[in-house]
Amino acid sequence: MDPERPLPQPITPEAKPYWDGLKEGALMLPRCTACGSTFFYPRILCPRCGARDIGWIKASGRGTLYSFAIAHQSINRAMKVPPPYVLAMVELAEGPRMLTNLVNVTPDPKALRCDMPVRVVFSKLTDDVTIPLWEPAS
Amino acid sequence: MRELSSAACIVGVDESDEIGVLPGKSQLSLHLEAVTNAVRDAGLPLRDVDGIFTAGQHSPALLGEALGITPRYVDGTSVGGCSFIIMVEHAVAALHHGLCDVAVISHGESGRSGVGVTRARDTALSGQYEIPYGFGAAPTWFSLITTRHMHEYGTTLEQWAQVAVSTRAWACLNPKAMHRKPITVADVLNSRPVVWPFNLLNICLVTDGGGAVVLTRPDRARDCAKKPVWVRGTGEATEHVSLTQMKTLTFSEATRLSGQRAFAMAGVTARDFDHIMLYDAFTSGPPLMLEALGLAKPGEGVHFFEEGRSTPGGALPINTNGGGLSYTHTGMYGIFPIIEAVRQQRGEAGARQVPNAKLSLVNGMGGMLSAAGTLVLSGER
Repeated sequence: MDPERPLPQPITPEAKPYWDGLKEGALMLPRCTACGSTFFYPRILCPRCGARDIGWIKASGRGTLYSFAIAHQSINRAMKVPPPYVLAMVELAEGPRMLTNLVNVTPDPKALRCDMPVRVVFSKLTDDVTIPLWEPAS
Repeated sequence: MRELSSAACIVGVDESDEIGVLPGKSQLSLHLEAVTNAVRDAGLPLRDVDGIFTAGQHSPALLGEALGITPRYVDGTSVGGCSFIIMVEHAVAALHHGLCDVAVISHGESGRSGVGVTRARDTALSGQYEIPYGFGAAPTWFSLITTRHMHEYGTTLEQWAQVAVSTRAWACLNPKAMHRKPITVADVLNSRPVVWPFNLLNICLVTDGGGAVVLTRPDRARDCAKKPVWVRGTGEATEHVSLTQMKTLTFSEATRLSGQRAFAMAGVTARDFDHIMLYDAFTSGPPLMLEALGLAKPGEGVHFFEEGRSTPGGALPINTNGGGLSYTHTGMYGIFPIIEAVRQQRGEAGARQVPNAKLSLVNGMGGMLSAAGTLVLSGER
C-alpha cells in the first residue's frame, strides 16, 4: 500500500475500464474502433477522428521517458511522498503520453535522460485504487 | 480580419492603487481599484463603460454589479493568464460592431494573500491523472517542457538564467517592481532548487494586484485624456489543457497561430518589432515564445537574452516592466504586459522608456503554453 499520495478523484464513468484494469494489474488504453488510434486520457470520442465507437486494449507496459523534472519540494501539499522524486511524462509504446512518477531510480538529472526506455509498475493505493508508475527498463 | 486592424484603440491603462503583498485588500477591491484608475487614465466617466471583460473567480456580471454598471456586453473567457490579451481581440470586435462603446478589461487577484478568494478545485482530469503523482502547480508541468527543450536543443541552465538576469535589469528601472536589486547568472544557479530544472529565480513571483485596460473606437478616442494606442493586430488560439495532449512539448502551436493571425491582421512581420512583452511565468517561457512566434529558430530563442540584446539599452528590449519574474505576478499575469506596452507606446515609461518605440508585440500564454494571445500595438495608426 502507498498511502502517501492524493487519491485520484473524482473517478469518471468513462474511465472505469482504465481504473478496473489497474486493479487487476493491466494498463488499459482506449482505442478508436473506427480509425484505430490509441489515445489517453479516456474519453467518449476519438480525438483523432471524432468517432464515438471506443474500445479498449491492454497496453504493453513499455515506453520511453519523454521528459522529466525533479521535485525538490511538493508544491501540491497533498503529496506526501518525500522529495526529491521524479515527475515524468512517459510516451507509451502505443503512442499516447501520460504523466507519472519514475521510481526505482536516483532522483538526479545525471541518472536520467529523455527517451530512455521505461516500463510500467503498479502501485496499490487502496483496495479499490491502483495507479501506474514507471521505472527504468534495463 | 484586416477590417479589425486599428478598429479600436486602448485609451486607458493602470494597475490597482498598489501591487505586491496586500493582505488588507480583497480580490474584488483590486478589480475595482484597477478599473477606476484605468478609466481615470482614459479621462472617461465610469458610467460610460458599457462592456465588461474579465477572467478569474469574479464574473463580468459581478464586476458590473460591484461597479454599479449595467453592461450591454460581457465576456468571461477564461483560458488562463492570457485571457486578458485574448479579450482585447474580443473587445475590438464588439466595439467595431457597436455592441459596446467603452470596453473595460479587468484583472484583480489576491494571488499571494488569498483575501476574498475561494479555493479552486482540480478538474476531473488533473484529479485522476496528474494530482496523484505530485503534479498540481505550474512549475511541475512547465519543467517538463523545459527539460525536453534542453534534450532536443542543448539549451542550458545558464541560458535560462540569463532571462532572469535580463528581466531583473528592467525591474531595477521600474518603481512598481517587487524586486529591484540586480542579479547574476550565478545568483540564479545558486538559488533554492524547487523543481529541477527550475530554481527559485527561474520562477515568477506570487503577488497580489490588479490591472485594467480601457478600449474604445477611434471616434470616441479623440475625446480621451491621452494619445490613443492602436490595436493594429490581434490573434488567439488554444491547443490543449493537459500537457500530455500538446503535440510537440517544445513548440507551442497556440502561440504560433496567435502570432501568425495578429501579424497578418496588422500587416507586419515578426522582425518589425522594437519592443516585446512576453508572458514570463518561467525563464524558459519567453525563449520558447520567440521560437513559436517566428522571431527565432527552434532552440535559438535564448540568444535574444544574451550579450545584452534584451536588456536596457539593448537592440531589442524584452519585458521592460520587469516581468512576472521581478515586477509582479498575481497568477493571471496577462493584463500587465498590455499595460506596459501601452505605456511604452505613449512614451511614459520613465527610466525604462524604449527610445522611439513604434511597434510593440504582446504575447501571452494561458496554462502551459495551452492557450495564447498576441497583440500588435502602436502609437501610430
